[in-house]
Amino acid sequence: MITMENVSKTYSNGVTALNDISIHIERGEFVYLVGQSGAGKSSFIRLIYREVKPTKGKIIINDMDLSKLKERQVPYLRREIGVVFQDFKLLQKLTVYENVAFALEVTETSPKMIKNRVMDVLKLVGIEHKAQMIPSELSGGEQQRVAIARAIVNNPKVVIADEPTGNLDPDTSWEIMKVLEEINSKGTTIIMATHSKHIVNTIKRRVIALEDGVIVRDQQRGDYGYEV
Amino acid sequence: MKYRTLLRHVREGTKNIFRNGWMTFASIAAVTTTLILVAVFLALVLNLDQMARNIEQDVQISTMIDLTADEEQIVQLGEEIEQIDGVKEVQFSSNDNELSKLIESMGDEGQAWTMFEQDNPLNHVYIVEAIEPENTEAVANQIEELENVEKVHYGKEVVEQLFQFNNYARAIGLALIIALVFTAIFLISNTIKITIIARSTEIGIQKLVGATNSFIRWPFFVEGALLGILGSIVPIAVILGGYYYVYHNFVDVITFRFVELLPFDPFAWQLSGMVLLIGALIGVWGSVMSVRKFLKV
Ligand SMILES: Nc1ncnc2c1ncn2[C@@H]1O[C@H](COP(=O)(O)OP(=O)(O)OP(=O)(O)O)[C@@H](O)[C@H]1O
Ligand SMILES: [Mg+2]
Repeated sequence: MITMENVSKTYSNGVTALNDISIHIERGEFVYLVGQSGAGKSSFIRLIYREVKPTKGKIIINDMDLSKLKERQVPYLRREIGVVFQDFKLLQKLTVYENVAFALEVTETSPKMIKNRVMDVLKLVGIEHKAQMIPSELSGGEQQRVAIARAIVNNPKVVIADEPTGNLDPDTSWEIMKVLEEINSKGTTIIMATHSKHIVNTIKRRVIALEDGVIVRDQQRGDYGYEV
Repeated sequence: MKYRTLLRHVREGTKNIFRNGWMTFASIAAVTTTLILVAVFLALVLNLDQMARNIEQDVQISTMIDLTADEEQIVQLGEEIEQIDGVKEVQFSSNDNELSKLIESMGDEGQAWTMFEQDNPLNHVYIVEAIEPENTEAVANQIEELENVEKVHYGKEVVEQLFQFNNYARAIGLALIIALVFTAIFLISNTIKITIIARSTEIGIQKLVGATNSFIRWPFFVEGALLGILGSIVPIAVILGGYYYVYHNFVDVITFRFVELLPFDPFAWQLSGMVLLIGALIGVWGSVMSVRKFLKV
């Protein structure tokens, strides 16, 4: 599903965010990415959806070799990857429905299909009753549900989430985790960067720990492992 | 691309035009100014070109006979001209005949010339036609050498002057228009840049969910083309109205043999079409310039 071989990333300012990373993630896995601030978690995620290119090494996603991927093919890679962020990244002027439908519009899906599919995912994340509201009328947890709905509406094989609960209170975080688990149980691979010791230690899954751009631990049903 | 998607792009592009009123107004005004000047310039150059071409077709040489020449000398001159190589036809036209032609060609104003009918100041003329238009000059030069010839006139002299003038007009006009076109493009690209900056998060999110560059670019294309087309409305009105006015008034005033304006229909319509096209091109170019660097997300 996702393979990295000896991947390094050095930004143009000379900072090496990732150093010789090799990893393999199977279809349907749920992976936590942990590590202190600056360890390279976000860089790892950006490499997967090709926001940045590796300085060295090989990345393969769904049998696509990213080093051979042409610039104009990048959109098609992104349609197979759902991305969720700490700050939701919703379009403020559009309704919940429109925000999610938007991801299908760019793929020229028919309006009828869009309608069915959008209502389905809104139900899945439990926000269908607020479909006609705009983001500023929603709580943080609700906005994150919308963002997750948008990430999965294309039926991607993998969802990557960079601190999806970073801005949410503990109760809301649990609800978001329930949604992500539900999606994972339907077969979607999930990679999630997080600082939440509580979540990692409670919902036990594979843990990949980064330290200064190097993988220091890769453990099935691991725990958070740092004193915060 | 599907029809539905195209509609969406047109909708988005149109929305953007209304988002920043002042810049939109400024760029439309710039396009309008540019296009009016382009139109005036084109109308001028194309008409002058046409006139020059008309004159070039004209192979007649007017040989003005000395006022002092008597009948015998005039006949002799005619025979000499006929013997020149490359002469096709020689025709005599008396000074009375020349005067009535002149009066006729001047229309109403020609009436003033009727007072000369009693005391005609004009020369008798031999109208000579060369076989090949390009030999006109050589033939004219030979005629000029003959005795009892006061002067020769032929189209080519005028043509050369006209072409000369036309070249100057073209060079100056072109420089002016290029400067204006670039100003217009610059203003349009800035207007669109503002809409893009306002929408940069939106573009980022579009790219995140897998929008292709062309999907993102299309509304800006539409916006640019619309700015250009809106900018060409006033110029087209000016062309149609102005050319109609000039054509109908000009035709009465000056009707020399070759000074003839291109007819309103189809010329004014063709010119309008050209102006519309140039407007749209300016708009699209401006938008392409401004979108390019925002797509590298
Ligand atoms: N665009 C960039 N340009 C230059 N350096 C960057 C860039 N993004 C990240 N870095 C650097 O790379 C290193 C890793 O950053 P990254 O954002 O991947 O860490 P992180 O693990 O996500 O941290 P956090 O937990 O605070 O989000 C840091 O030293 C950071 O300063
Ligand atoms: Mg980060």
